[in-house]
Amino acid sequence: MNGFVTGVANWFIGIGEATRGGITRLGFATRFLLAVIRASGSTFLRPRLLIKELYHAGVLSLIIVLMSGLFIGMVLALQGYETLVRFGATEAMGVLVALSLVRELGPVVAGLLFASRAGSAITAEIGLMKTTEQLAAMEVMAVDPVARVVAPRFWAGVISLPLLAALFSTLGIYGGYLVGVKLIGIDGGAFWGQMQAAVDWRYDVLNGVIKSIVFAVAVSLIAVFEGYDATPTAEGVSAATTRTVVTSALVILALDFVLTVFMFRGSI
Amino acid sequence: MNKRTVDLWVGIFVAIGIAALFFLALKVGNLLNFKEEKNGYEVMVRFDNIGNLKARAPVKSAGVVVGRVERIRLDPKTYEATVRIHLEKNFQFPKDTIATIFTSGLLGEQFVGLEAGGDSVMLQDEEWIKKSQSAIQIEKLISQFLFNQAQSGSNGAPANGNAPAAAGVKP
Amino acid sequence: MFASSAPHGVSATQSEIAPMIALDEVSFGYTKDRKILSGVSLTVPKGKLVAVMGGSGCGKTTILRLICGQHTASAGTVKVSGQSIDSMSRDQLYAHRRRLGMLFQFGALFTDMTVFENIAFPMREHTDLPESIIRDLVLMKLNAVGLRGTAELKPSELSGGMARRVALARTIALDPELVLYDEPFAGLDPISLSVVGQLIRKLNDALGMTSILVTHDIMESLKIVDYIYFISEGKVVAHGDVATIKSSNDPFVKQFVNGEPDGPVRFHYPAKPLVEEFSGAAA
Repeated sequence: MNGFVTGVANWFIGIGEATRGGITRLGFATRFLLAVIRASGSTFLRPRLLIKELYHAGVLSLIIVLMSGLFIGMVLALQGYETLVRFGATEAMGVLVALSLVRELGPVVAGLLFASRAGSAITAEIGLMKTTEQLAAMEVMAVDPVARVVAPRFWAGVISLPLLAALFSTLGIYGGYLVGVKLIGIDGGAFWGQMQAAVDWRYDVLNGVIKSIVFAVAVSLIAVFEGYDATPTAEGVSAATTRTVVTSALVILALDFVLTVFMFRGSI
Repeated sequence: MNKRTVDLWVGIFVAIGIAALFFLALKVGNLLNFKEEKNGYEVMVRFDNIGNLKARAPVKSAGVVVGRVERIRLDPKTYEATVRIHLEKNFQFPKDTIATIFTSGLLGEQFVGLEAGGDSVMLQDEEWIKKSQSAIQIEKLISQFLFNQAQSGSNGAPANGNAPAAAGVKP
Repeated sequence: MFASSAPHGVSATQSEIAPMIALDEVSFGYTKDRKILSGVSLTVPKGKLVAVMGGSGCGKTTILRLICGQHTASAGTVKVSGQSIDSMSRDQLYAHRRRLGMLFQFGALFTDMTVFENIAFPMREHTDLPESIIRDLVLMKLNAVGLRGTAELKPSELSGGMARRVALARTIALDPELVLYDEPFAGLDPISLSVVGQLIRKLNDALGMTSILVTHDIMESLKIVDYIYFISEGKVVAHGDVATIKSSNDPFVKQFVNGEPDGPVRFHYPAKPLVEEFSGAAA
């Protein structure tokens, strides 16, 4: 009986400690975000650093994002056709594909892909620089590693993801067009016309872009923070890389729910 | 990796990314039409019942989209729905225009239809459309139909006293 | 190649000018109950090469971090040229760091840059020198450590000893007044080890630097340093110049043997002749 009580007590203590640890990390991450923003001046004064990181975060993620977008658009069109054809509303396929991509799938899936392709790479890179004392070496050279290493990667992520999400949606709509119009044979005019009548640039497109910017800030912050906060060992870096992908995925989906409630509640 | 190659690729990436944003805004989201909308004007109309009408629903005249529903409010005094409609500048309507809520198809989305009257004075910005016809509620129609059936079955006389209340034209 | 002890007078000028580094009763611990340093006092006069020795985990590296201002002492003062590090503002601290160089345990070279860019890094960050001058400076620093031929290699293509020498070249890139060496000999073969050791001594004298060498390699240190502090369990257990240490009966100190001198391995990595390299820069 006594053992049981201790066990339960320990369980609650464990929960308490985990919560406190989590909240402490959240506080540290917030402070870190402020530090990154404060140190960002030099990033924009020295575009060379930013361009290099844009290459790593953006250009190297292009292939996976473009291919995924194309395929997801094609699948959407095929599945959408199956449903729409029962109601004789196949012309609405353009609307279906465009709204799904622009509002939800573009920002969310591009964000998830970005987190696993670029986010994990950023975490691994910064974590490894910490492990091999490269960050400490910079600090001793009177160079702020947050300004020199972290800020360019953070901003490269923030700039890249909205562009990648837009490309994802564009390729997806093109994929939907390929399947819907070229393969199934829906009227092309109806496809584009219905889409344009139903999609509002401010309500749908702009909100989608805002979503992708929010995700970009979240994923980039998680990636640089996990790298900077990694335990400076090989295991520590690999654990941090995993955490980046998992945390990013959860945060993207949670934020997506919150943003959707705020943005699109009017039409539900 | 050569600096120039990196620059080139980053340039391509940013350029196609921005192009994609423009594509979404212009080709998909029809940003160009919005400019005309912006120059339009807004009128208000009261309905007894708007059914399932929502903000941003199309406003049509003779089947042509001429504007959008901007905002829907309930008038706290009269308990009527106040609908604010945004109309494009190049579509002018007479003062005695009738606004009706229609449903596209049996179960489709609802929209506001405008039926032009014969007045020579045109509606101005922030003015009220005086005549409106509420949404047809299928539930009410069905219950009325059943009620009428039951009455005609027992009395042998059609009951027409309060039947067209929901769809009645407001003076 | 070099004298085993310094020819300069150590004690004569020491009392008159403020020492480069002075630790006075310094204590430090990451947590309250576990102290890494407790009451360490040591002084490093200007122009000297001083070794701080002890086993792994005895707090040697912590002393260097205190001097860099990466950690703050929980008790006692750390003074650099008479000024306390604790009282420095962030700007003063960065100014202080600009005057010092630190060689990290495994070099800490930036893995995404070439050897050239690594050494140019502090110059590019802190000066507005034109590219041609940076090029000459970098190649001069590389030549000083005998690795001018490696300029275009990546750090991953270098051996451990060469990487350490490149890191040394980066450390002295801005001609620091004070250089801190954190285990410069760790993981090196005997030849690389004595090459690095002699470079440290040579650079200290040639550039008029003050150096602190943290190591557990007593054999190599005795050949090059002026003065030695032994640290054990967070305290200074013995100190003295090389002759004193050699004749010491302290059981902790009696651990050293003579090492091998420089061998037939060439000092310079294969490279273009010096004249050609530098005249090519102007063309």
